[in-house]
Amino acid sequence: MFFNALLIALREIRRNLMRAFLTVLGVIIGVAAVITMVTLGQGTTQAVKNQISSLGSNLLVLRPGSGFGPRSTSAGVPRFTTQDAQAVMEQVSGVAAVAPVAQTSLSTIYLQTARTTQITGSTPDYFQIGKWTIGEGRLFTDLDLRSGAAVCVIGETVRRQLFGSENPIGAKIRIGKSSCEVIGLLTAKGQSGMGDQDDTIVVPLSTLQRRLTGRTSARSVNQINISAEDNTNSDAMIGEITSLMRQRRNLSPNEDDNFSVFDTRQIAETLSSSTKMMTMLLAAVAGVSLLVGGIGIMNIMLVSVTERTREIGIRLAIGARAREVLLQFLVEAITLSCVGGVVGIGIALGLCYFLAQVIQVPFQFDTRINVIAFIFSAAVGVLFGFTPARRAAKLDPIEALRHE
Amino acid sequence: MSVAPSTPPPLIELRRLTKTYGKGDAAFQALRGINLTINKGEFVAVMGPSGSGKSTLMNLLGCLDTPTTGSYLYQGIPVETLDADQRSLLRRHALGFIFQGFNLLARTSALENVELPLLYRGIPRNERHALARDALASVGLPTKMRNTPAELSGGQQQRVAIARAIVTGPSTLFADEPTGNLDSSTTEDIMELLTRLNEDRGITVLMVTHEDDVASYAKRTVRVKDGHIESDLSKAK
Ligand SMILES: Nc1ncnc2c1ncn2[C@@H]1O[C@H](COP(=O)(O)OP(=O)(O)OP(=O)(O)O)[C@@H](O)[C@H]1O
Ligand SMILES: [Mg+2]
Repeated sequence: MFFNALLIALREIRRNLMRAFLTVLGVIIGVAAVITMVTLGQGTTQAVKNQISSLGSNLLVLRPGSGFGPRSTSAGVPRFTTQDAQAVMEQVSGVAAVAPVAQTSLSTIYLQTARTTQITGSTPDYFQIGKWTIGEGRLFTDLDLRSGAAVCVIGETVRRQLFGSENPIGAKIRIGKSSCEVIGLLTAKGQSGMGDQDDTIVVPLSTLQRRLTGRTSARSVNQINISAEDNTNSDAMIGEITSLMRQRRNLSPNEDDNFSVFDTRQIAETLSSSTKMMTMLLAAVAGVSLLVGGIGIMNIMLVSVTERTREIGIRLAIGARAREVLLQFLVEAITLSCVGGVVGIGIALGLCYFLAQVIQVPFQFDTRINVIAFIFSAAVGVLFGFTPARRAAKLDPIEALRHE
Repeated sequence: MSVAPSTPPPLIELRRLTKTYGKGDAAFQALRGINLTINKGEFVAVMGPSGSGKSTLMNLLGCLDTPTTGSYLYQGIPVETLDADQRSLLRRHALGFIFQGFNLLARTSALENVELPLLYRGIPRNERHALARDALASVGLPTKMRNTPAELSGGQQQRVAIARAIVTGPSTLFADEPTGNLDSSTTEDIMELLTRLNEDRGITVLMVTHEDDVASYAKRTVRVKDGHIESDLSKAK
């Protein structure tokens, strides 16, 4: 009986290719939309996570002014100094390492190639706090720091753009008005939504202050990076740092803080929760398209219901039992839905693979969403394909034949 | 006819059969108490004015519809006690039906249309093809097997419908105006076909018609009017 139903169902599909195609199209669009949206959304979430974890965990950043991002204000606020960094290292408990960081943008030239690069001046601890590892050559040392040696460590992007296929180690590049020897190449962290972390040159803080930016801002730095020891309570630590800095900056109790402490873990949580929300939003939009696909299927089924009801009437009249007719319709609906589901998944994966490269997020195959989208679309197809048949198969053949 | 216990039951026996369409105010009684007995091997024409209930009666006899009241015995089986599936099986194995309006599957070749009842009987592919071809040949359509109903004339469609009805070798054939929209020469062909089926294969034939010369092929004529049987005449031998 099942083989018969399959045979009849396949004949019926072959006979009505246009109807079958339109039905399948609804399923394909629905499945492809949901899978693409969710997969790309998850890729974005993953990209943000990767980026955050590459910043370093347990990382606190101390900056003058208030706020972080576009509304931050630091105008007229005293900057931090290397002494502030020293004080944090000595007086706050649970601190693993502290790195004062000064940054400036300068033109960098190697032979005929010039570009503007963000130059970071810091101490050797900067690499450990920021989870940077050396790819080739070496990092600068405390000795380089003390002597203000003209050495620099470059990121992968800088290497690619300035040196191309040449070996950068030992080469001299011009940064601003001085010349610097490249002693190390940092392992790439990769590109992600928040910008290119590998587009960087790191020099000893003293080198930046003395050679590159001049003596005017000798001791001041842009920010202080602090890494906490494992298992420290970052809230308590932020409290300690805040009171220490208020004291060092002579703020009276009724004055607001003129600096801020950021905890990357908190930023990470905020960011990943917002990308999760975005994923859910995308999934909701995609769910709507799945629904629209379903309505499309239903439409086609309703349009053909008169013809199909007559078909059912004919089949019943020549001796088919209701359950045989139903089985045929079920097989038809399942076949179409499954074909649609598989094609939809294929298109979605191709699309994801392509789009993930375009928007530069990792492509992650998520079995769960594929299965869910497939089952849901198949259910929609079967429901809409099967329901009119169920109604018709209950009729007396003569009533079904008279249907208009 | 004596009612001895050894006598096999008549093929068809209707007792006070009624059919009411609709409910309440809209109710319409299309059949008002039909008593009719038909024996195996008969060729019966059902005549009557339009709307008199001929198609209704044929649909009930063909087990396509259920009577409102009264009893219908087919070979002694009380049809009104059968459920829809059992009636389907009865149609599948014993009855053939030719509809007033062909009722062929659209976009489906003549051969596949004729094969359809065999498919539900579970007949293997080769035998199915052979039987369907034979049936189409016996209605004079051996060359149009691949054509769909849309590519066939009215008379050819009617022949496909007849082939579909006889391909299973039914014991009873119901034909609702089989020549309704055919010209006189095609009508003659089809009536000769039905006569042959009745005489050579012993198939009982019940046929609705408006035309006297079509009815003259039958050996018995039942006239229906307003849901009653008005007259029931057998041809003298
Ligand atoms: N499904 C239905 N619902 C309501 N009334 C119906 C239905 N089918 C038939 N009738 C009514 O029952 C009566 C008998 O109909 P039927 O189709 O049996 O007539 P008929 O004798 O076959 O006519 P014709 O020669 O025109 O085919 C008609 O008055 C018709 O209006
Ligand atoms: Mg009629």
